[in-house]
Amino acid sequence: MIALLARDLRLAVRAGGGFGLGLAFFLIVTVLVPFGVGPEAAILRAIAPGILWVSALLACLLSLDRIFALDHEDGSLDLLATAPLPMEGVAFVKAAAHWLTTGLPLVMAAPALGVLLHLPQAGYGWLLVSLALGTPALSVIGTFGAALTVGIKRGGLLLSLLVLPLYVPTLIFGAEVARRGAEGLPVQTPLLMLAGISLGAVALLPFASAAVLRINLR
Amino acid sequence: MSIWEYANPVKFIRTTDRLLPWLWGVAIACLGAGLIWGFFFTPDDFRQGSTVKIIYLHVPAALMAINAWLMMLVASLIWIVRRHHVSALAARAAAPVGAVMTVIALATGAIWGQPMWGTWWAWDPRLTSFLILFLFYLGYMALWEAIENDDTAADLTSILCLVGSVFALLSRYAVLFWNQGLHQGASLSMDAEENVADVFWYPLLVCIAGFVALFVALVFLRTQTEIRARRTRALRLRERMA
Repeated sequence: MIALLARDLRLAVRAGGGFGLGLAFFLIVTVLVPFGVGPEAAILRAIAPGILWVSALLACLLSLDRIFALDHEDGSLDLLATAPLPMEGVAFVKAAAHWLTTGLPLVMAAPALGVLLHLPQAGYGWLLVSLALGTPALSVIGTFGAALTVGIKRGGLLLSLLVLPLYVPTLIFGAEVARRGAEGLPVQTPLLMLAGISLGAVALLPFASAAVLRINLR
Repeated sequence: MSIWEYANPVKFIRTTDRLLPWLWGVAIACLGAGLIWGFFFTPDDFRQGSTVKIIYLHVPAALMAINAWLMMLVASLIWIVRRHHVSALAARAAAPVGAVMTVIALATGAIWGQPMWGTWWAWDPRLTSFLILFLFYLGYMALWEAIENDDTAADLTSILCLVGSVFALLSRYAVLFWNQGLHQGASLSMDAEENVADVFWYPLLVCIAGFVALFVALVFLRTQTEIRARRTRALRLRERMA
């Protein structure tokens, strides 16, 4: 499992483009928003947590089809399927690698982008916490979507149609934590719900992803 | 004699052929009677006027939109466990019907909401979760369309249906937490103290029965179509091979 994780990380960093793209996309979406809604600080301050969450989610979505597509093309997914490592483990490692290369950088970059959107002082900590708790769920759910569409040519649009509805609960609770944090309200309830969704998804969805992968490789 | 006999496509088509005329009859009779009764022979509500009568379309459609997804869930489970093709095809056949019911519920709700709430749309929990349900239907149907191999498509969509059900339920409670509602609470439950008045209740029951019959008839018909389409494809393939 560790070897696979190391391999995926190396591939993501070295094999051109994939690594920084999600971050760049995050930056661009966040920068576009003020052009759309106007530069008034009061408006931006109110919507900053939601904007950051939505654009982090979109940046996450953008890199999903890379999780299995390349491995499927060059046949290494078939090798992984016949390896002693169970398919559930493969799905879990793939999700972990996706989180380390996409989710974690997004979490790190989010406060910097918060400055651009006049995020209130109190909001930075909770924004970090909510993204750090929520992005693993995004990665795991996304891995499930990527596994569903692995056999389909040009499945990118379909992938977003499948995955985005599944992202709704995570987005609601994550953005709620960030918003309440920014406004100085108590965050405990949405925080617990977000953690629950994340942990539940991490624990259960690799099984679904593995089942789907097995069907697709049949 | 067990229920699994109907998993045989030939038997399924023969039985449903016999049932379909009755189902259509019940659907047309109930919907005709219920709607005419509801629209012309019930009093106007003293506050809402005649707009209240949209309830005869709105409530049954909303009910069937949810039940269609439940039916797909059960059919998907049967497909995963027992691998009866009719079951997978029935789930596929129910999806567009359910999606249309969702649209009917949302549209009639908007038409009623405009004069009553003063807005076509509000981000109310019930409205929002219905919109999300509609997105789930779209994804489900798109996945069926996208995959060429029938068995793979059936497998993948049924797993999507299972996972989607969990997330749809999660979303339901998430939006409940996210925003306070404008929509009224449940007013048709059997055990509630305060329900819709009987004058409106009886024609509504008839309409619900009509919608159920309509849904079952449509699903039977569409499943038959799917079975026949698949058989045609198999025959064509065999001819080309020969």
